[in-house]
Amino acid sequence: MDVLLLSRIQFAANISFHILFPTITIALGWLLFYFKVRYDFSKHPVWMRAYRFWVKVFALTFALGVVSGITMSFQFGTNWPGFMETIGNIAGPLLAYEILTAFFLEATLLGIMLFGFHKVPGWLHTSATFLVAFGTTMSAFWILVLNSWMQTPVGFEMREGVAHATDWFAIIFNPSFPYRFSHTLMSSALTVCFLVAGISSYRIWRGDDKKAPILTMKTALFSAALLAPLQAFVGDLHGLNTLEHQPAKVAAMEGAWETNNGAPLILFGIPDEEARTNHYAIEIPKLASLILTHDLNGELKGVNDFESHPPVAPVFFSFRVMVGVGLLMIAIAWWCSLTLKRKGRLSNLQLKALMAMTFSGWVATLAGWYVTEIGRQPYLVHGVLKTADAVTTIASENVAITLAAYLTIYAVLLVAYIKTLFGLAKKAVDVEEYDLTLPGLPERKATYTGKEAKA
Amino acid sequence: MNWFTHENLALIFAGLTAFAVLLYAILDGYDLGVGITLPMHNEEWRDTAIASIGPFWDANETWLVLAVGLLLVAFPSAHSAILKALYLPVAVLLIGLILRGVAFDFRAKVKAHQKIRWDWCFKMGSILAAFSQGFMLGIYIMGLEYTSVSLLFACFSGVCVVAAYALIGNNWLIMKTSNALQLFAIRRSKQAGTITFGGILAVCLVNPLVNTNVYEIWSTPPFASLFAAIPLVCFAMFVLGYQVLKRLPLEDDKGAWLPFVMTIVIFCMCFFGLAVSFYPFVVPNQITLYDAASARDSLMIMFVGSVFVIPVITAYTFVAYYAFRGKADNLRYY
Repeated sequence: MDVLLLSRIQFAANISFHILFPTITIALGWLLFYFKVRYDFSKHPVWMRAYRFWVKVFALTFALGVVSGITMSFQFGTNWPGFMETIGNIAGPLLAYEILTAFFLEATLLGIMLFGFHKVPGWLHTSATFLVAFGTTMSAFWILVLNSWMQTPVGFEMREGVAHATDWFAIIFNPSFPYRFSHTLMSSALTVCFLVAGISSYRIWRGDDKKAPILTMKTALFSAALLAPLQAFVGDLHGLNTLEHQPAKVAAMEGAWETNNGAPLILFGIPDEEARTNHYAIEIPKLASLILTHDLNGELKGVNDFESHPPVAPVFFSFRVMVGVGLLMIAIAWWCSLTLKRKGRLSNLQLKALMAMTFSGWVATLAGWYVTEIGRQPYLVHGVLKTADAVTTIASENVAITLAAYLTIYAVLLVAYIKTLFGLAKKAVDVEEYDLTLPGLPERKATYTGKEAKA
Repeated sequence: MNWFTHENLALIFAGLTAFAVLLYAILDGYDLGVGITLPMHNEEWRDTAIASIGPFWDANETWLVLAVGLLLVAFPSAHSAILKALYLPVAVLLIGLILRGVAFDFRAKVKAHQKIRWDWCFKMGSILAAFSQGFMLGIYIMGLEYTSVSLLFACFSGVCVVAAYALIGNNWLIMKTSNALQLFAIRRSKQAGTITFGGILAVCLVNPLVNTNVYEIWSTPPFASLFAAIPLVCFAMFVLGYQVLKRLPLEDDKGAWLPFVMTIVIFCMCFFGLAVSFYPFVVPNQITLYDAASARDSLMIMFVGSVFVIPVITAYTFVAYYAFRGKADNLRYY
C-alpha cells in the first residue's frame, strides 16, 4: 500500500478514535455543571451523587481525549506536511488559539473539579466545573472554525502557492461554520443524553432503586426528546448550506449520478462507482429535489457533472446511517419520555432499548463526520489543496508499523473504556445509600422502579 | 510597531517554544518520574504517589501540546523536518503517553484484581515516554542522523532522561509525601541523581565534539566565560542536593522542598546550555529559526493572543497548585 492510503487510514483511525471522547466531554461538562448548580441551590445530596458518579466518567473520558489528541498534534507534521506548508498561516493561529484558550483551561481546572471538592470553597469548585465545560466548548469552537474553513475557505489570498489571511472575521465566521458548530454541539448533547440514559437504565435494570439514576435518566431523556427533533432541523439547514458551497458532496450523499430535474430520494441502494449507477435502489420520486430545493422539479446536479467528486458509496452509506440513527433517537426518546412522564417508570423493554442505544451517539457522530470529511475529497482544503498533494514522504513501511500499533491500542482501550463504564455502574448499584436526605428536605417517595412499586 | 519585525517575532516565538519545552520537561518530568519510580511492592504507596500528581498531570501534558503546537504554527517547516526524522520514536512516545494517561484513570475504576495491571501499564508507559524523549533529544543533538554511533548515543541519552525524570519525580514525592514513602523516595532520588549527573557530564563532552558550531560558541570569548557558569551552577546543585538528601528528613519536614527546587535549577541550566548551543538553528545545522518562521501577520496575531492569554494561564495554574499545596497523603478522588 502506498503512503497516501496508509496515512489517510491512520489519520482517519486517530481522529475517529479521538472524536469519541470530546463528543462526550463537551456536553457532559455542561451536564455536570447543571448537577453542581442544582446541588448548590438545593443542597440535596442526590444531585451531588449524580455529580460524583458522572464526574468519574468525565475524568476517564477526558483522559482518553487528551492522550488521543496529543497524537493528532504530531501527525499534522509527520504525515501531512503539505497541509501546514500551504495553509499554515491560517490553520496555525486557529490551532494556537485553541491550545491557549481551551486546552490549558480545561486541563488545569479539571484537577480542581476532580480532587478539589474538599479542598477549595464551594463557589470555586462550581466555577471550576463551569470553566472546564466552557473550555471544552471553546476547544470545539476553534477546531470547528478550522474544519469549516477547510470546507468553505474564504478571507484569504494565495501568494506563491501559500495562503495568506486577508480577513480574520470572515475566516472565523466562514459560511459553513455556524451550521457545523451547532450541528456538532447538538450531536455531543445527544450522545451524552443517550449515554446517560443507557447507563442509568443499566443501573435500574440491575435493581438500583436509589434516586440518582432515575434523576439522571429523567434529565437525559427529556433533553433528548427536545434536542433530537431540533437536531434533525439543524441538520437539514446544514445540508442546504452544503448544497450551496459543496454541491458535489450533496450529490454523493443523495447517490445522484446524473443531473436531474425532480430527483428522487433514494432510501436505499448500492452505489456502483464503475457502472455509475445504484443497484437495488428504493426511491421516492421527486422527494430529494423537494427537500433540497423546495421545488418538486428543482435541479439536483449529479456527480457525473462535477470535475472532481468524492467517492460516492462511503458518503452515501454514512449519510443513511447517520439519518437512520437520528430517527431512531427521536422515536425512542419520545416513546420513553412519554412513559416516564405518565407512569413515572419504564418497562423492562424500554430499559433494554435504552441500554442498546447507550453508544448510538457515537455511531451517528462518526457517520456524520465521515459524510462531511469523505465528502470533502479529493480536496483537503476545498478547491485549494488536494489531499494527495499534502502527504508525507516517509517510507510507507514506517506508517504501516505505526498504524498497526495505533489500531491495536485503540481497540484495547475502547473495550476497556466500555467495560469500565458498565463496571462503574455496577459498582454504584451495590453501594449503600447512607445519607439519602438532609434534615429539613422533604423526601419524595421513589416510585420509579418495579421493585419499589411492588413494595 | 516597527519593533515587531519578522525577525523579532521569530525570536519571540522561538523563545516561547523553548519555554514551553522547558516547562514541559519540568512539569511532566515530575509526573513521568513518579510513574518511573512507582513502588510496585506497596499498593498504599502507589495510591499516595499517584494521588500526588492526580490534579496536575493533564495540565502538565498540555505543555507538550503547546510546544509541538507552537513549533507547528510558528515554524512549520522545522516541525515537519524534525518530526519526520523522528517518526518512529515519536510514535513510541505517543504510545507511552497513551498507556500511562489512561492507566491513571482506569486503575482507580476497575475491579481490585485488575488494578495492578494498570499500575504496570502506568509505570511502563512512563518509562517508555521518558526514554523516547531522551532518545529523540540524543538524535537531535547528533544532527537528526541515524548512524550506529548516533543510535548508541541516543539510547544513552534515553537512559539519562529516564534517570533525570526519576530524579525530579522522587524529589516531588519527597516534598509531597511523608514517612516510609518519603524515605523510599529519598533513597531512589540518590540513585537517580548519580546517573543523571553522569549523563549530563557525557552530553557536555560529546556535544561540542559532534557539532562544530557548538564548539565555537562555547570556546569563543566573551560568551565562553559567561556560559561557563551554566555547568558550574548545574554541578554545584548536584553536590548540594546530595548533601541535602543525606540529611533528610528533618524535624517538621523542613527543607523537603529543597531537592525539588534544586532539580528545577538543574533542568533550567541544562536547557539553557542546549538552547545556547543550537542558536540560531531549529533543525541542527540545517534550518535557522529565521528561515523556518511563518508569515509575519500570522505570528503577530498569535503574539497578541499570547500576551493576553499566557498571564491568565499562569494565574489559574497558580490557583491549582495553591489549592493542592501540602502533603498528598489524604487527597481524595471525586
